[in-house]
Amino acid sequence: MSTTVTDTHGAHDAHDDHHDHKPTGIKRWLFTTNHKDIGSMYLWFSFAMFLVGGSMALMIRAELFQPGMQIIDPHFFNQMTTMHGVIMVFGAVMPAFVGLANWMIPMMIGAPDMALPRMNNWSFWILPFAFLIMLSSFFMPGGAPAFGWTFYAPLSTTYSTDSTALFVFSMHIMGMSSIMGAINVIVTIMNMRAPGMNYMKMPLFVWTWFITAFLLIAVMPVLAGVVTMVLTDKYFGTSFFDAAGGGDPVLFQHLFWFFGHPEVYIMILPSFGIVSAIIPAFARKPLFGYASMVYATAAIAGLSFLVWAHHMFTTGMPTFASLFFMYMTMLIAVPTGVKVFNWVSTMWRGSMTFETPMLFSLAFVILFTIGGFSGIMLAITPVDYQYHDTYFVVAHFHYVLVTGAVFSIMAAAYYWLPKWSGVMYDDFLSKLHFWCSLVSVNILFFPMHFVGLAGMPRRIPDYAMQFADINQIVSIGGFLFGFSQLIFLAVALKCAFKKGEPAPAKPWEGAEGLEWTVPSPAPYHTFDVPPKV
Amino acid sequence: MSEHESNEQKHERGNSRVITRLLASVMLMFAFGFALVPLYEKFCEITGFNGRTTNSAAQTNEGMNVDQTRVVTVEFHTRVSRGIPWEFQPEVRSIRIHPGEVKTVNFIIENRTDKAVVAQALPSVSPGEASLYLNKTECFCFEQQPLAAGERAVMPMQFYLDPDLPERIHRFTLSYMMYDLTEQVQATASLSE
Repeated sequence: MSTTVTDTHGAHDAHDDHHDHKPTGIKRWLFTTNHKDIGSMYLWFSFAMFLVGGSMALMIRAELFQPGMQIIDPHFFNQMTTMHGVIMVFGAVMPAFVGLANWMIPMMIGAPDMALPRMNNWSFWILPFAFLIMLSSFFMPGGAPAFGWTFYAPLSTTYSTDSTALFVFSMHIMGMSSIMGAINVIVTIMNMRAPGMNYMKMPLFVWTWFITAFLLIAVMPVLAGVVTMVLTDKYFGTSFFDAAGGGDPVLFQHLFWFFGHPEVYIMILPSFGIVSAIIPAFARKPLFGYASMVYATAAIAGLSFLVWAHHMFTTGMPTFASLFFMYMTMLIAVPTGVKVFNWVSTMWRGSMTFETPMLFSLAFVILFTIGGFSGIMLAITPVDYQYHDTYFVVAHFHYVLVTGAVFSIMAAAYYWLPKWSGVMYDDFLSKLHFWCSLVSVNILFFPMHFVGLAGMPRRIPDYAMQFADINQIVSIGGFLFGFSQLIFLAVALKCAFKKGEPAPAKPWEGAEGLEWTVPSPAPYHTFDVPPKV
Repeated sequence: MSEHESNEQKHERGNSRVITRLLASVMLMFAFGFALVPLYEKFCEITGFNGRTTNSAAQTNEGMNVDQTRVVTVEFHTRVSRGIPWEFQPEVRSIRIHPGEVKTVNFIIENRTDKAVVAQALPSVSPGEASLYLNKTECFCFEQQPLAAGERAVMPMQFYLDPDLPERIHRFTLSYMMYDLTEQVQATASLSE
């Protein structure tokens, strides 16, 4: 293996001299078909959106610092909750995973690039325009969409402003981008694996993305259909969701959550892959139960199509349907539990060290599991009547999405930053970022469980006096967490400007995988000659 | 070299096959999203899932035996679509009825505007399962209700419950939502002219 490494290394150096005639300046980024460039653009874009969506969350938390109305009016508050959700889901988390896929999948399977590089360029570059359209709706009369990221009819049809049209079009564009990204991932994984890299040798990050891509192909078109129906209901006189015209508003929720539930797994399955790469590296033991991890991922993906109505228990379903969706939902805890136990077993008697990627991964395992537990509580139909639309739900999905998805993205960034940039990240700043984030995120989200159980509804700018203390604590946590992310920005910028110790090809002693066989920073073109696996 | 090229060509072919299949799946899922609309409607019709009752009159069965041993409470609930100044009430809030027995309940509507309107009521039954056993022989909800300015109308609804109504259902709600269809009716009228 080591001879292959030095060989490719030498070949690459010579290669880069004459082959590396990439355009410079803005043209390089506009016309690039290089998976590493596109991956970087996805990652920077998602980080920018993370900060935009985050500042909206801070607006929400500032208003909720005290009961009563202080800073923003209720309609603007609704715009904030809506756009925060849309931007974080479609602008921050999903593009971050696509960026990681672009960077890592070709290097992990020994491919020179993604299978469809031009489409890759296109699928990135339509995204900024989608969000430009979405954000420009703030300047319309009536402001941005204010119906929640779930855009339930009739809020989005009968009672919405004209910004709905912009919302629908930008959703279409984001959907196209995701579908193109998914097609690219699938074709790359099916056709571009290096000789010897059979399916059951692929790193779990590749596996989880493979399954995620199929989920995207299956549900993004349904989302496109739903937003189209909302558009025609609002502007072209159809009555898909209008009871007066023979439609059914509850149908909207069925269609939306048929997309929406697989969507939440789209946002967590790649996380499982990331953590499954990092924990073995820092526990210095191979991953426990590789095959069971693959099957568990597939099982979660399959089950995700059979649980959508657990978001709708309070719409009044027949008992049989409630029970079906309740049991199906609880069943998901089984493959998820398999994963958590596998991670714990991987660490069992390992020689663990606690570098920043490992710290984020450990936090992921514990805090994501807390989010999973509150999910099981929410799955219980009778108690869901109490929890539905309260802050308990907000606490639940922020535990799985922030301390789950976002923490895993942070872990991935720290793990692969040396490979991307060629320099080690600032260790002190990264640890500071981790500890500030860990403490503040729990101050932010944990008390939400309590106000939720006590009955504080979500998406309301005002609240009863008895919730004041906890909301103040939550808001303080929110601001701490928000500003902690600026430390991450500093770390990323330092790496981008090559300020730091040069990183070796394999900076982590226990790390495994083809990406560590190429030098750091990864050359512009890697694996022009397929590696032997 | 030639072997390398043929490999590449094979790759290209393999790629386009996968891409075609994936694009076909995308199209299929887009169509599936729309197909779910009629599927959902059919599913609701069969299971009573969304509590919608049929839009046509049921026939009374001459030889139908009235189950005197059971009494079912039917509650009536009325609502007018948001922002419309009509009065819409049932004459009684609830009645007790034996399965198989035919009863009539009157609903009263009053147009409190100074314009002629066309109203349409939409029924909904909760729990939805009961809608399968609710048979209306006559209902104002079967057709549109034209109302002159300030007009007050009494609208009858005659119904019976199928004696097959499951034992566990001994109380259900029949709700009517009254919608304003004036604009739509005028639009179609002007179209047909």
